[in-house]
Amino acid sequence: MTSLAPLVEVRDVHKRFPVGGGLFGRARAWVHAVDGVSLTIHQGETLGLVGESGCGKSTLGRLILRLLEPTAGEVLFDGRSLLALSARELRAMRREMQIVFQDPYGSLNPRMRVASIVGEGLAIHRLGTRRERRARVDELLALVGLPPDAADRYPHEFSGGQRQRIGIARALAVRPRFIVADEAVSALDVSIQAQILNLLHDLQRQLGLTLLFIAHDLRVVEHMSDRVAIMYLGRIVECGPREEIYRNPRHPYTRTLLSAVPVPDPRRRKQRMVLGGDLPSPVRPPPGCAFHPRCGHALDVCRRDIPPLETGRGGHAVACHVFPAERVSAADG
Amino acid sequence: MTAVPIAPAPASSLLEVRDLRTFFELESGVVRAVDGVSFALDRGRVLGLVGESGCGKTMTALSLMRLVPRPGRIVGGQVWLEGRDLLALPEREMRAVRGEGMAMIFQEPMTSLNPVFTVGSQIAEAIRLHRRVSRRAAWARAVELLDEVGMPDPVRRAREYPHRLSGGMCQRVMIAIAISCEPHVLIADEPTTALDVTIQAEILDLLRTLRERHGMALLLITHDLGVVAEQADEVAIMYAGRIVEHASVLEIFERPLHPYTQALLRSMPGVGSERRDRLETIPGQVPDLLRLPSGCHFRDRCPKAISRCAEEDPALEEKAARHTAACIRV
Ligand SMILES: Nc1ncnc2c1ncn2[C@@H]1O[C@H](COP(=O)(O)OP(=O)(O)OP(=O)(O)O)[C@@H](O)[C@H]1O
Ligand code: SF4
Ligand SMILES: [Mg+2]
Repeated sequence: MTSLAPLVEVRDVHKRFPVGGGLFGRARAWVHAVDGVSLTIHQGETLGLVGESGCGKSTLGRLILRLLEPTAGEVLFDGRSLLALSARELRAMRREMQIVFQDPYGSLNPRMRVASIVGEGLAIHRLGTRRERRARVDELLALVGLPPDAADRYPHEFSGGQRQRIGIARALAVRPRFIVADEAVSALDVSIQAQILNLLHDLQRQLGLTLLFIAHDLRVVEHMSDRVAIMYLGRIVECGPREEIYRNPRHPYTRTLLSAVPVPDPRRRKQRMVLGGDLPSPVRPPPGCAFHPRCGHALDVCRRDIPPLETGRGGHAVACHVFPAERVSAADG
Repeated sequence: MTAVPIAPAPASSLLEVRDLRTFFELESGVVRAVDGVSFALDRGRVLGLVGESGCGKTMTALSLMRLVPRPGRIVGGQVWLEGRDLLALPEREMRAVRGEGMAMIFQEPMTSLNPVFTVGSQIAEAIRLHRRVSRRAAWARAVELLDEVGMPDPVRRAREYPHRLSGGMCQRVMIAIAISCEPHVLIADEPTTALDVTIQAEILDLLRTLRERHGMALLLITHDLGVVAEQADEVAIMYAGRIVEHASVLEIFERPLHPYTQALLRSMPGVGSERRDRLETIPGQVPDLLRLPSGCHFRDRCPKAISRCAEEDPALEEKAARHTAACIRV
């Protein structure tokens, strides 16, 4: 998998949002929503992105799609910098990347029929004749498991799971290569969530899609991902192959997160690691390692220097002074 | 490791719900949100009430508290708490029961607090509703309670308004209000659904500590089977307004009998388990209570359904020792 070229490459991307200023006043402070993130997503793989609310997951997803402009840094898609593209080139590139949102209720226009919603991208990019577009819509509805008569109905006539299928059909319409699924199953009931996870999985295989799967549910991310990145206060603190992250987590934050997940097995009731305090404000992130105020292992250096994300054995990267990535040994080449 | 209690329940229960029914009579038909629910809960025990959205978990809880919103109405059944049928009490007496006999933590912590009062005054208010104490004493008690629910710097926090607090902190305030009059039964309706996983873990630990310290019984409503496996002694699985299976937590996870429970357990991705490429799914949609199939309400999604399932309405019956299920094929 890693032998394939990266489809998406994020290089030291930053995004700051102004907060506190009045309508015309100067911003009083800045939120560092994304604070120097670098990562790659290879062709055909699913990268899971996990973190707690407000850590910058969705912002990062939107920066990658260039739905937001980064404050600094760059994003490469298929080897080309999105920032360097002309408006026309960007529009063409947009076809290749789509997003599926969390909220199956809010993200579909209630006054549009399903056929128009799903076919909107085709119309915008002027792909095919009207008849061809309609045929493509019917094909997509079948692909995501909706009945053919769904095309002429309105979103409110569908359940949450069905609306999420509509959202997926819409994203697939223009035959993208890359999809950002932002909490795409979080609002769904367990039985319906399983349907959508299977659907995404099958579609990925069938169509060779590359996926950025953003979620806060660690069980769902483990199920879906090839590699996983853990985000805390705007930075990636750990990243690596799924088994590495789940079986051999190194960063104290990752370990706390994993220990907090309730295990659906009453014989394995465990003693959890408990974090003190809330997520600090991203307006005034703690100096050094942003996790140090909640970390049980912090040393002086943690309060002073930001630990860099360093990649070690097996492509397992960690940003921690106390538990750095395991060294690549000679045997690993 | 915490031991999983499997001790048998004593003969007479703290809370006993019998054939509870709460309906919404709408123009389009009658929504039987709670349709003949029965269960018992003993002192110090935790019953997990599990089900998908709209299956009637919240309406069951609100019925116990007699707080069903219009046009909903409790149309039948009994709710016995410490020897009294709450459904037969005059409203004035019921007001005393809420808070002291039974208290509830609601599904949305942020919207359940009043934005224009400090959290301290909201807790103090709850205390003064039940206890004849001075404002100062109530305030002092509010600060104590904030401390008990693990609020850092409680003296200062008591003077804050809800919007200044995070979701987890708001939930702590809600818990402080709920336990302020030392209820015997605490109902927690999805107490952690809106919270991040690390905060969820803290709130669940807090509920456990408080329960052990005060000997409260807990009705824990959730759709998360992981939370149930970790917290509950017993589990009741709800589907379309009814309890379809009820047993100890070990029985439910190791010998689920009802096809719905079995399917629910298999459709859940699990941490640490071998990765399966495909999850098992339950076909179809979460049921629409206005369009339920005849006979067993689960039959249009059930992999084991036979033609008789369309004719018979399965009753919740004992299928194994202390293990009930509502299915004709078990
Ligand atoms: N005001 C109302 N009018 C009509 N029907 C209602 C009303 N409030 C609730 N219901 C119905 O009662 C049923 C039970 O609702 P309830 O809120 O108890 O579900 P729940 O199990 O708590 O779901 P969730 O997991 O989403 O919280 C639902 O089918 C719902 O549509
Ligand atoms: S009664 Fe029939 S339909 Fe209902 S759960 Fe049992 S087998 Fe399935
Ligand atoms: Mg509810």
